[in-house]
Amino acid sequence: MSTASSAIDTSVPAAGISALRRAARSRRVLVSGAVLGAVLLACVLSMPWTLSSDSPLGFDTQAADRSYQPPGPGGLFGTDILGRSLLGRCLLGGAISLAIGVGAAAISTVLGVGVGLLAGYRGGWVDALLMRCVDILYGLPYILLILLFTVAFQERLASALNPRAANLIVLFLAIGSVSWLTMARVVRGQVLSLRAQPFIEAARAAGLTETRIFFRHLLPNLVGPVTVYATLIVPQAILQESFLSFLGVGVQDPLPTWGKLASDGLLPALNPVHSRWWLLLFPSVLLAITLLCLNFAGDGLRDVFDPRRESAKI
Amino acid sequence: MMRYAAVRLIQFPLILAVIYVATFFLTWVIPGSPFERTERRVADAALKAMAERFHADDWRKFMAYYPLRALRGDFGQSMKYQDWSVTDIIRQSLPVSVTLGLFALTIAVFVGVATGVLAAVRRGGIIDSLSVGLALAGISVPSFVVASLLLVTFCVRLKWFSIGQWGTPADMVLPGVALSLLPMAYIARLSRVAMLDVLGSDFVRTARAKGLPRATVIWKHCLKHALLPVLSFLGPAAAGTLTGSFVVEKVFNIPGLGQHFVNSVLNKDQTMILAVVMIYSVMLLTFNLLVDLCYALLDPRIEVGAKAQ
Repeated sequence: MSTASSAIDTSVPAAGISALRRAARSRRVLVSGAVLGAVLLACVLSMPWTLSSDSPLGFDTQAADRSYQPPGPGGLFGTDILGRSLLGRCLLGGAISLAIGVGAAAISTVLGVGVGLLAGYRGGWVDALLMRCVDILYGLPYILLILLFTVAFQERLASALNPRAANLIVLFLAIGSVSWLTMARVVRGQVLSLRAQPFIEAARAAGLTETRIFFRHLLPNLVGPVTVYATLIVPQAILQESFLSFLGVGVQDPLPTWGKLASDGLLPALNPVHSRWWLLLFPSVLLAITLLCLNFAGDGLRDVFDPRRESAKI
Repeated sequence: MMRYAAVRLIQFPLILAVIYVATFFLTWVIPGSPFERTERRVADAALKAMAERFHADDWRKFMAYYPLRALRGDFGQSMKYQDWSVTDIIRQSLPVSVTLGLFALTIAVFVGVATGVLAAVRRGGIIDSLSVGLALAGISVPSFVVASLLLVTFCVRLKWFSIGQWGTPADMVLPGVALSLLPMAYIARLSRVAMLDVLGSDFVRTARAKGLPRATVIWKHCLKHALLPVLSFLGPAAAGTLTGSFVVEKVFNIPGLGQHFVNSVLNKDQTMILAVVMIYSVMLLTFNLLVDLCYALLDPRIEVGAKAQ
């Protein structure tokens, strides 16, 4: 890996090194993917127990005599003030957190890429109109939009579904529809920059149709930034939900998410007299590990999929 | 380019007006009244009288009264804290948030870009792994956890800083660091990715081939390109950071503007909501315009306001 230290080395890297590097990248993808998969499987497969009301792992199974039990062989992660198992709540909380993250990221990627492409590629008044709309939406702090969504949809959805499902759907709709704006701006910026590059001009001079230039030359060059941003949105959405929980407008009791568990655990854990550290530690660590893996996986995937990166002698 | 800037500047008040109207109607549909109190039930007649006093009993009256005054910088009395005018509240809290935000942004940009570029240049090295790890940790832990841990570690355990004080420069260090972590993480990540892209391009090879020193190529030629995605992130991030953060202000007990963003919405304090939204919007539009202009300065191939061919 001696060439790794030289930024602009002009020698062609040996195939072995490049293959090694690729393997290293894919290994990163594999490791973080495996961790993510394990966390996801654990959270989803344990749902029959965490959702049931008579299992000791149930997210709302209370036991007055087991309040604030520290972690131990009995209850692996300890218990909270109501004697509910923190392990069970962390498992279900993970499933809900991940669902919110993925749902919000999917919504915002579709919206953001669509608007960004249209604005950047069409230019002119389409660009001006779309970007001004984005500016206006940006001008509204997202807490306002989230409260509005809650008001507009919560009651209607609550009557159609049960209130808890409505709570979750409203959350990921709200987070998803406020986080596509950055994606749109980034995609548009990238398209503007690409459009001015000689290879697009060359493609046009060679007589390629607009559609072909668009799909064959423009889109592939957007994969990098879009992947990076989409993977950034998942953890970002999970974090936003934790912020909403901190404000008290995230998921409602007794439903857990990692963010809600961490923000609920803040006061008992930081109590200088009698610290219930496990209530903050376990949800925060689970949250951090999962978000780290999401970020690593996105980074690694990008390196594997981007064809130009292979020729970059870095 | 001047023409483009002029057009954008003319659009500026129009966009603000649209945001004002949109925000007003959003707050109008939130159920509940800003005059209700949790401590006691207020009689309907009293609610009505209060709404009338605030010109808020009918949306037409509201729109006839407040927007004209807002143009002159007078946002009226706060509907929740009725002894205070919104302008007074903002005059006290905005400078605090801007000072702290500028401090945090400076840390974020310098440390973020430096780590990002170094990580890309020494790709796969220790600095790379370290910076990626740090950047990801910044994104991966909720800010209320980080801020609380900083407070407990440095104020309670080590006693390096005083708790809940605001006034001396030393009081700015911990909240500034806490506030800078998130933008720093994004900036490091974005500049690393952009730097990796540009390091493989032909003009870099040419510059090296004609004998320019590596440092010049990296810090002069490549940095410009690495800054492009950072810039488009920095527009909104600057507006958000300069108007304060609810979490950091709450944890460190800072009298900034960030708390009002959340509290005004939770209180349904319409005059206050409109004021903070307008401040945020003005900053945001200004920074976004600056970013678009800087785009053109950094990469002359980008034609701002280019027409489709």
